[in-house]
Amino acid sequence: MNYILIFLGAAIVNNFILSYFLGICPFLGVSTDLKKASGMGFAVIFVMVLASAATWGIYHKILMPYNLQYLQNVAFILVIASLVQFVEMFLKKFIPPLHKGLGIYLPLITTNCAILGLTLFMVIKDYDFIESIFYAVGAGSGFLMALLIMAGIRVRLDSADIPVPFRGAGIALITAGCLALIFMGFSGMMK
Amino acid sequence: MKREFKISLSPHDFSATDVPAVMRNVVIALAPAMAYSFYLWGKRAAFLYSVCVFFAYASEYAFIKIRKKTFVNDGSALVSGLLFAMTLPPSLPLSYAAYGIIFGMVFGKHFYGGLGQNIFNPALLGRAFLMAAFPAAMTSWISPLDALTTATPLSAWKFSGEIWETGKILMGNCPGSVGETSAVLLLLGGAYLLIRKIIDYRVPLFYLAAVGFISSLFYFFAGESYGSPVFHLFSGGLMLGAFFMATDPVTLPANFRGRVIFGAGCGFFTMLLRYFSGFPEGVMFSVLIMNALAPLLEKIPAKESFGENNSVKRERNR
Repeated sequence: MNYILIFLGAAIVNNFILSYFLGICPFLGVSTDLKKASGMGFAVIFVMVLASAATWGIYHKILMPYNLQYLQNVAFILVIASLVQFVEMFLKKFIPPLHKGLGIYLPLITTNCAILGLTLFMVIKDYDFIESIFYAVGAGSGFLMALLIMAGIRVRLDSADIPVPFRGAGIALITAGCLALIFMGFSGMMK
Repeated sequence: MKREFKISLSPHDFSATDVPAVMRNVVIALAPAMAYSFYLWGKRAAFLYSVCVFFAYASEYAFIKIRKKTFVNDGSALVSGLLFAMTLPPSLPLSYAAYGIIFGMVFGKHFYGGLGQNIFNPALLGRAFLMAAFPAAMTSWISPLDALTTATPLSAWKFSGEIWETGKILMGNCPGSVGETSAVLLLLGGAYLLIRKIIDYRVPLFYLAAVGFISSLFYFFAGESYGSPVFHLFSGGLMLGAFFMATDPVTLPANFRGRVIFGAGCGFFTMLLRYFSGFPEGVMFSVLIMNALAPLLEKIPAKESFGENNSVKRERNR
């Protein structure tokens, strides 16, 4: 039950995009059509799980025993970036179909704030390993959901008579703000 | 050669249901509940309605003039202003009401290109904005009898576990938003809209069915403290939301299956928020959530035609 709550909390109540405003750049950049949005969303879930698993080990098995917690930001950034690059090369060589689906999005999110934010939240909330994985899957799913909603709306906006100054990123940011207002309805759902 | 028939471009047959006619019918349908709100709240209601309608028109007119387009009075600003006023607490300061409707009209409607192109219901978006900006003023309620601060049936149920008598809730003689309290009169207006075929019956039908179904499940299997289905169906803004907010054709998916899911989804989120969120009422947020999901629901394919084979389907899905 605890795991389900962590998952739903990260996916809906504390959605990374709509309530923490993390990862806005891919949210605006790849939400122009549904296909790109879903590719990006699944890539984010994949990287989040990978990153949280790796950084959990680094934090609890290396940094903690030697009292090096102040190095966490540097260590996390370095580990996540190199790990994702390595995985990308691995996928390209050994699982080409998967690389074709996720590959082009992987380099885009290696240094994304949502990924680093996830690992830092994981440390603050003091999750154990399994909880961290559920947290990562939840956060990634919430990211995918927000991207899909946004992509659906933006496809409709293509044919709307939007005032010229607001076209493109302007209306996308206004829409993101409206979505954040709406997701406020879920606040208070988990203590 | 003398022509017996007239040649002209389509359309040849004009529908009687143009936008102003639709809006006129919505105002007629709202009239009983509005009249009752004047009786219940007196001057407060009159001031709120006039401020909201005035600023709805003012912001629409100003925005259209800034864009150098021609202003056409299609009645949509009137309907948005009235609906917005009906969702407000009667004790709300008038300036807040003005901020809310201006936000709703400008951010919710005109930034998206005006009538027929908005993603969210402008009135509800304005209310959500007020909810975020002035949470205390938006959640303090007065009694219609003595204007003292009190709790709505839903907040009494949620925060202190009291259940109001069904009769009082049905008649609407209870605290609540300006125009939401009388479920019976709103049902009357909804029935008028359904008979005139202004709104799609699928949305309110599946909305109310989902609310009834989920609340009966909880009431009969999880305990009476969850509130009876009758209580949930007739309290709060459900009737106003189901017949007047969710049915806005602009923010609905175009396909029928999508509309069924839209209605049922509104019901699901309403009950989810009523049971588990920090707010006692979830109608506003649930309609807005489904507004946001509507473009995705549009992607649900229509029913398969008889004899359609896979190659046709592939062609269509491309």
